[in-house]
Amino acid sequence: MDTTGTFWMPQGASSIAGEVDALFYFIFWASVFFFLLVVGLSIYFIIKYRRREGREEATSHVDYNLKLEVIWTAIPIILVVIVFFWGFNTYMKMQVVPRDAIEIKVTGRQWMWLFDYPNGSNSINELVVPVDQPVKLTMSSEDVIHSFYIPQFRIKQDVLPSRYTITWFEATNTGKYDLYCAEFCGKGHSEMLATVKVVSQDQYAAFLEGAGMEGGEGMSLEQVGKQVYTSRACNTCHSIDGSPNVGPTFKDAYGHEVELSDGSTITVDENYIRESILEPKAKVVKGFQSVMPTFQGLVSERQIDGVIAYLKSLSEVKEVEQSE
Amino acid sequence: MSTATTTAADTQDKVNYLNVSKGIKSWLFTLDHKRIGILYLFSVMAMFLFGGILALSIRLELLNPGADMMTADTYNQIFTLHGAIMIFLFIIPSVPAILGNFVLPIQIGAKDVAFPRLNLASWYVYIAGAGLAIYSIIAGSVDTGWTFYTPYSTQVGGAVISMVLAVFILGFSSIFTGINFIATIHRLRAPGMTWYKMPLFVWGLYATAIIQVLATPVLGITLVLLILERAFGIGIFDPAMGGDPVLFQHFFWFYSHPAVYIMILPGMGVISELISTFSHRKIFGYKAIAYSSVAIAFLSFGVWGHHMFVSGQSQYATLIFSFLTFLVAIPSGVKMFNWVSTMYKGSITFETPMLFTLTFFFTFAIGGLTGIFLGATATDVHLTDTYFIVAHFHYVMMGGTIMAFFGGLYYWWPKIWGRMYNEAWGRISALLVFLGFNLTFFPQFVAGTQGMPRRYFMYPDKYQMLNVVSTTGSWVLALGLVIMAVVLIYAMGWGPKAPKNPWGALTLEWKIDSPPPPHNFEETPKVTHGPYDHDKVKVKPEKVGVPA
Amino acid sequence: MSHSAESPAFLQHHFSDAEQQRESAKLGMWVFLLTEILLFGGLFGFYVFYRAWNPDMFYNAHVHLDRLLGGTNTVVLIISSLTIALAIRSIQLNKKKQSMYFLVATILLAAVFLVIKYFEYSHKFHLGMLPGKYYTYTGIEGMNPHIFFSVYFSMTGLHGLHVIFGMLAIGWVVWRTKKDEFSSEYYTPVEMVGLYWHLVDIIWIFLFPLLYLIG
Repeated sequence: MDTTGTFWMPQGASSIAGEVDALFYFIFWASVFFFLLVVGLSIYFIIKYRRREGREEATSHVDYNLKLEVIWTAIPIILVVIVFFWGFNTYMKMQVVPRDAIEIKVTGRQWMWLFDYPNGSNSINELVVPVDQPVKLTMSSEDVIHSFYIPQFRIKQDVLPSRYTITWFEATNTGKYDLYCAEFCGKGHSEMLATVKVVSQDQYAAFLEGAGMEGGEGMSLEQVGKQVYTSRACNTCHSIDGSPNVGPTFKDAYGHEVELSDGSTITVDENYIRESILEPKAKVVKGFQSVMPTFQGLVSERQIDGVIAYLKSLSEVKEVEQSE
Repeated sequence: MSTATTTAADTQDKVNYLNVSKGIKSWLFTLDHKRIGILYLFSVMAMFLFGGILALSIRLELLNPGADMMTADTYNQIFTLHGAIMIFLFIIPSVPAILGNFVLPIQIGAKDVAFPRLNLASWYVYIAGAGLAIYSIIAGSVDTGWTFYTPYSTQVGGAVISMVLAVFILGFSSIFTGINFIATIHRLRAPGMTWYKMPLFVWGLYATAIIQVLATPVLGITLVLLILERAFGIGIFDPAMGGDPVLFQHFFWFYSHPAVYIMILPGMGVISELISTFSHRKIFGYKAIAYSSVAIAFLSFGVWGHHMFVSGQSQYATLIFSFLTFLVAIPSGVKMFNWVSTMYKGSITFETPMLFTLTFFFTFAIGGLTGIFLGATATDVHLTDTYFIVAHFHYVMMGGTIMAFFGGLYYWWPKIWGRMYNEAWGRISALLVFLGFNLTFFPQFVAGTQGMPRRYFMYPDKYQMLNVVSTTGSWVLALGLVIMAVVLIYAMGWGPKAPKNPWGALTLEWKIDSPPPPHNFEETPKVTHGPYDHDKVKVKPEKVGVPA
Repeated sequence: MSHSAESPAFLQHHFSDAEQQRESAKLGMWVFLLTEILLFGGLFGFYVFYRAWNPDMFYNAHVHLDRLLGGTNTVVLIISSLTIALAIRSIQLNKKKQSMYFLVATILLAAVFLVIKYFEYSHKFHLGMLPGKYYTYTGIEGMNPHIFFSVYFSMTGLHGLHVIFGMLAIGWVVWRTKKDEFSSEYYTPVEMVGLYWHLVDIIWIFLFPLLYLIG
């Protein structure tokens, strides 16, 4: 468990978290009070009025007290009305986007999160934002309903396929925070995990410069491929240990023959790997569903080369004869 | 009331509804509301067992953060089926179709419900729905969640259409029961049984029946539209065909929120009976409790959008739904205060039904209070779709309705079978259920506030400790339930014979034999006192007879 | 209360007298009709929302419905409500044969309704105006014209199903009348089926203007 939070709440890291938590604790302590009242009175009564020898006959005729009924109706009404206004007040702050917010486009898709930044860069499963800066998220889904949830920011908003939904936050501390999908969306729902990386303004600017099309200068192709394997979320569906997942395993894939869904066979070579990244529905391995999304525009040529090199490293076949 | 004392042994040799006719046909074609209640008892509890095994499987898988014993697809199917079975095949029929069917006509001094053939039909419809649901599980199963949200449910493979059709059919079973109870309560009360002399259990069933008939048809048409969307792509819910997926949520929750009051109101009715009987005291605030049942029934139709605060619905809708949600909480609180006050200056005993009543006070209080966190929009944003929600609804549905249902089962068991259960083991089962339930579900509140989303097959490591505690609790709970089953089944066949009134209660069912005669009353009963007049009428609990 | 010579055959044992039985049946049937209204209510909701979101498309699509056939059907159903009311009147006056004739007339009128609907439907199928993904007609302007036909077919389809259920129920009552089960003393089932039939009629009276007429 996150040790920097409380028993109930993880450490807040957005400008609204404090207000949400304040309301939470007000309701919490009021609830504790009423709970102890009900349970405490019950315990007191069952002890004091338990059946005793000689006290078995007719009991109290008191069956109604208008004053009491009014009191225990009115006080709760007053309390819930307070909570209602307080809650709604904070909620409206969460709804109204500050004018100086930077805008990032979020796309939810089975089973990953795509982020598009104002300058055209993009990232998968890692949302990079500057600290102390309101960020407006315009969100939509490519398939089913997802939900964008950052517990430490106390925000959540469903992501729909037919239209855009909006949420916003202002991160108050640098660091890394969990981002979960919170609306059931199928097989990979619990693996649709991402990270929000809050950095300084300078680091954010630097990120925008180099993001999306990481060339990974100084890294070998195999290292680039290994990095892309996680940063582009291939790991969500393809294992590297031989176990089948949503998609075929990468272990011992390169250089081997596979049967396709139409019955034909093909050798997994450079061209097949490239085609599967850019046009995944063209040749699907038999026994798997055709659910892989295309990465056209999301990976650079160097990154494709890197993936090929990485797959080679996972197979004992190192070279395939290229046939035309 | 007869002045001669009848021993429990005498009543057993008399003709009663159980021995008046024998053979499977006499059961499958019965028109006796008591036998129909028994038919429901066995079929509904069989579904509870199935749903419970699914629950244990879920908790077992969640013992570790990663994939332990099943694939993600299997897990998703299991939680879907657990929800659908528990809600549509267990909780909704539980109190009305089992206890209500058996007890309601007797409590109002009638010989049967208004439409006995409709009653039997409702059971057959239930069986048909259950059969189709089981078929769906075998034929490809469903992994959409019991809420069937679109467009996932319109696009994914599996036996969605047949499962949705099964739920549609089950809705009719519920509607038939509702129609029957409304007509019965309005028209078949014995002379002298005015509305305000009716037991509060009857008031609870009446309020429930109102919701059943008004809300269930809307679910029905929603499910039909979902089937048409899947089969023909009609374009109502699927954005690919021009539809609106959030419209599905509105239609779905318009029924499903009132549905939770279909679940709790009968349970609250049972609690009113139990608290008065075991405090041996007049109920406090009869009219307040009665009116609050009806108030809850009507208010329940206005709050469905509180399931959708983050769905993309407008802020105005959110405002109204939040406000009305707080209002609907008030009558439930009023009832709690009245029940606790009923113990004041009572003469309290601690038989098993009372232990379940006290459990109810504890767990339903938590369930209801945690609803406040969810009615407040700002906190709901953080908590919705997390384990806080899972804990909340289990605390109100199981900690509320089911605890009341179990208390009612133990309470009316001697009346139903003419045999008494073992009190010591009954109490042990109640204690284990209380402990196991809280151990299972309280940690889930914490997991939720800490951010663990629901319907997660795998989860981040930091939530493991809470999940381990929860799973351990599920085993304690299961043990308590197994003991309860053994206690009740043993009593059915081998328990000591029960007298007419083992509890010293004042409602009409305790004036007739245990088990009741086939037509309940030889002559139309005369209602001379209220159902809870423990201050005026002196009735001592009768001793249980020696074993046969 | 035990059965005695004064207790008529139609009186079920759990009712204290015939009036209680009749009043219970009426209450039960009215509650059931309420559930039917809520069932159709969902479809009216479908209509209202999609009409509000696509007013032009709805207008362009609805002109393809045949008002003459729809209007004829409306008249047919109204007359059938009259015939069933007359059937109830007849049995109240102990005229069993006359009651049977009126009931049969109601069934025949219902059949006419269904035949006309058959012609309407098959014409639409022929043109490709089918619900949802089977829609192929190209002559209607607006977004997603298939949605109008989804609304049209689901509303009139569910209504048509209820017409069929009604015909079966009336047929059952005809059979029981033939077996001499009803008289001026007891005709509750006829009355109840009559109530159901009036609901079927009323629902059409709402459907017709909403689908065929509103401009």
